[in-house]
Amino acid sequence: MPFGNLALLVMVVGYAAGACLSLLAPSDRAARWLTTIGAAIGCIGGVAAASSVLATRVSVDATLASLVSTAGGIVIHLDLLGAFFLLLVAALGLPAAVYGIAYTAEYEGRHSLRVFGLMFNGFLLGMSLVPCAGNVFTFLFTWELMAIASYFLVMTESEKRDTRQAGLWYAAMTHLGLVLLLPMFFLMAGGSEATAFADLRTTAAALTPGTRHIVFVLALLAFGSKAGIVPLHVWLPRAHPAAPSHVSALMSGVMIKLGIYGLVRVTFDLMSGGPAWWGGLLLAVGCVSALLGVLYALMEHDLKRLLAYHSVENIGIILIGLGAGSILHAQGLPALAAIGFAGALFHTVNHACFKGLLFLAAGSVMQQTHTANMEEMGGLIKRMPQTALCFLVGSVAIAALPPLNGFASEWLVFQSLLAGTSIQRPEIAVGFPIAVGMLALTSGLAAACFVKAFGISFLAMPRSNHAAQAREAHWSMRATMILLAGGCVTLGLAAPLAVRGLNRVIDSVPGLSAGEPLPRSPGLWLVGPGGSAQVSPLLIAVLLGAIALAVLVALHARGFQVRRADTWGCGRISQTARMEYTASAFAEPLRRVFTALYRPTEDLSVGVHPDSRYFVQSITYTSQVVPWFETAFYDPVTRGARGLAAQVRRLQAGFLHLYLLYVTVALVAALAVAWWFK
Amino acid sequence: MSRYIALFVQPLLALALAPALVGFIRWLKARLQSRRGAPVWQPYSEIRKLFGKEAVVSHTASWLFRATPFVVFGTGVIVASLAPIVIVPAGPLVVGDVFAAVYLLLLGTFFLALAGLDTGSPFGGMGASREMTVVALTEPTVALSIVALALNAGSTNFSQIVSRTLAEPSAALGPGHLLAFAALFIVTLAETGRLPVDNPSTHLELTMIHEAMILEYSGPYLALIEWAAALKLLVFLALAANLFMPWGIALSLSPVAVTVGVVSLVSKLGVLAVAIAVLETRVAKLRLFRVPELLSASFVLALLAVMSTFLVR
Repeated sequence: MPFGNLALLVMVVGYAAGACLSLLAPSDRAARWLTTIGAAIGCIGGVAAASSVLATRVSVDATLASLVSTAGGIVIHLDLLGAFFLLLVAALGLPAAVYGIAYTAEYEGRHSLRVFGLMFNGFLLGMSLVPCAGNVFTFLFTWELMAIASYFLVMTESEKRDTRQAGLWYAAMTHLGLVLLLPMFFLMAGGSEATAFADLRTTAAALTPGTRHIVFVLALLAFGSKAGIVPLHVWLPRAHPAAPSHVSALMSGVMIKLGIYGLVRVTFDLMSGGPAWWGGLLLAVGCVSALLGVLYALMEHDLKRLLAYHSVENIGIILIGLGAGSILHAQGLPALAAIGFAGALFHTVNHACFKGLLFLAAGSVMQQTHTANMEEMGGLIKRMPQTALCFLVGSVAIAALPPLNGFASEWLVFQSLLAGTSIQRPEIAVGFPIAVGMLALTSGLAAACFVKAFGISFLAMPRSNHAAQAREAHWSMRATMILLAGGCVTLGLAAPLAVRGLNRVIDSVPGLSAGEPLPRSPGLWLVGPGGSAQVSPLLIAVLLGAIALAVLVALHARGFQVRRADTWGCGRISQTARMEYTASAFAEPLRRVFTALYRPTEDLSVGVHPDSRYFVQSITYTSQVVPWFETAFYDPVTRGARGLAAQVRRLQAGFLHLYLLYVTVALVAALAVAWWFK
Repeated sequence: MSRYIALFVQPLLALALAPALVGFIRWLKARLQSRRGAPVWQPYSEIRKLFGKEAVVSHTASWLFRATPFVVFGTGVIVASLAPIVIVPAGPLVVGDVFAAVYLLLLGTFFLALAGLDTGSPFGGMGASREMTVVALTEPTVALSIVALALNAGSTNFSQIVSRTLAEPSAALGPGHLLAFAALFIVTLAETGRLPVDNPSTHLELTMIHEAMILEYSGPYLALIEWAAALKLLVFLALAANLFMPWGIALSLSPVAVTVGVVSLVSKLGVLAVAIAVLETRVAKLRLFRVPELLSASFVLALLAVMSTFLVR
């Protein structure tokens, strides 16, 4: 058996064993360990399979034609594009699984860790097999496995009302996606019975332009609902906070990326790209998602909801890169387009790395402080120094600051937007500067948001007793976070190498490929369009370190001394946490600036003394920002669905005679139909 | 070899000149306001004095507070090494382009804002919140001004932007360039904490932005931050001058060219410093919630700059 197939077999067996054995485990403790061991073996298998494909450029194939043969059987075809996403799943799955051992310890006795183990491994199995699928049936089956398993994982803490609501939203949105996927594949087959992806490639090429447009729009909506584009993102800020943190890390880090995978597979591989307006639509959706995602993240004081909104933002940035690339590709500039595609795919990797890290760090903090509310944290940098450092690395990376990985991929996306302005048709080129402005605003706001997230949660004095008594997380949890933080640094410093690897993937996909070998980036440099602009994150890091060290040495040579004293406080006696700036206060200026968008509701009630209104006894102030377009868009839909359900419910009146009548009518109708078509 | 030496000498020269620039603006403002004013070299004395003192650090502050001055100083120096100030940096030690410069400065601001929150002082938090708001709102203008410049040069590398403008002097007076210059000048005022966005000489709680953020710093830490702030002002003004009117900048490393470069830099900075001093004497500080209006005006200018470049093309 070839190495690739063997590795894939190890992966499937590992996950399956993890799922079954943890279900049958004798104790909760054993279930925790079996869950992780199975998942870890599976992930290692996945990494091995994906790396072998990426290294040798030989795809892995396997077919089980006899299984569900009416639907075309189970077909596995792992090519370079699939291997790239499989590597992403498995590489983040491993730290998340190891993190889970200690993190799920507090669930012992409260929730079934056996079912959790089954679903966790099933979730990983589904996610790992989606990029391996080689026909429609396998794809839809694994896609559903991933969706259902993750639904149960979201519902882990189902005793909470919020969690049940989140589960409902998630189930509804994910199945909306599925409902759109079926007609998409049906249209692509173009009347033939083709279900294998290799056949769909030929049938899709023969479609009329109109049908291709419909297929593209369906793909964007279906995969967009999984990826979390605005306005289909509503489930993200609900489901991510409800799930256990390592599951959130996987959902946000890789599951939503499989939406990107589906989009790339269908649009750029099976249909090998389309006209410029496809790219324009991707670019516009990307800009709106990025900007709205970060704007709503700024208003969140729940750490995990904040991170969830940032996933919407980052999916937007990925789509900006894809959109810019595909416009350039459609305009006959494939070499410039490759920069946009590389930026998009690189940001996909980077986001998986730093968002996984941030969710794991948020989980450690929540385990210690027993809250996700940032206003009740604070001072954790002294109590949890390693977790704090990891969160800081993640924050710098997600804010796209040099020299970490977020900067490298956003730089590439910026360069591709700049390349777009060189398109000779002004009506197309004019969109690019606007996208530049929106992306720049997004990254500026992201920096502000992570100053808030890190500064309020980790710095200054603890704002609650739980925060004051926080201890550093279990060593295994810290180890996984340090691993991912190291990943953020390495991907940043070695960005040129990573981009070289990504160019292999880009070359293998018809709609992305330049058709000619891309220019190799020289050494340590990331290169912009036409080899003109250059940046080297590694040299930036080295210079920064050297300067800081030189200054430090110079200071100490002069006899530098530090004295500790209290924070200056205008003569007050002692400093308390209530004097600190809060997260709401921090975000207040931006809330005022964007008040037309936020439309905050404010409620101020002042309780006065019965005798005189000049003696105020209590003041209550509440303010809420509810995304208005969500309510405007989804409220009519949910109201309609409820109304319909109420109508349908009339059928179920509770009389046995009525039900017997239904049965009779149904039988007669069935017989009539059978007679008619005889 | 001389290229490498130039890359080290330019930031040192910028560091040496930066306090004088701040001192000159302060002196000129004082004269315009009929005061005698401190001598131009006063900031040097202040920095020297601060370096000689001990640093007082709050009990509440963590290692981040103590690391921040080095990050801020380091990013400032790196930007000074890759921006066209006296010479046009070229060669393999120029670590980045315009975007890299902007994001390096943002990295410094990011850490400074965190340090503001680290001491738990309400002033620090207030400064951090306001600074990040202003910086976030300036980002689109900065990026669009870069696009306006890069559209002509076809690159975001400093050296190519400068050489393109030198090769085609008519572009420097084109509407795209002039509008982008106006936009970048407003952004410079906002980013470097000048009037009408922030008042560099205030210590009134309710109006401080940058000063509030660094209120807890003292001794050598404060010296590093003040010096880095002066350097940032110099870099921004030098960029405004040399990206739009690069004449006089040293293209070779011959002694004559470098001397001309230094003289032209000093005179360009002088003109812009006079403009700032006059402006700061003439206008009052804007209310914080009027600042976004100013910044959106600068954004519109930058957008017009890009659009006019499209039309002219």
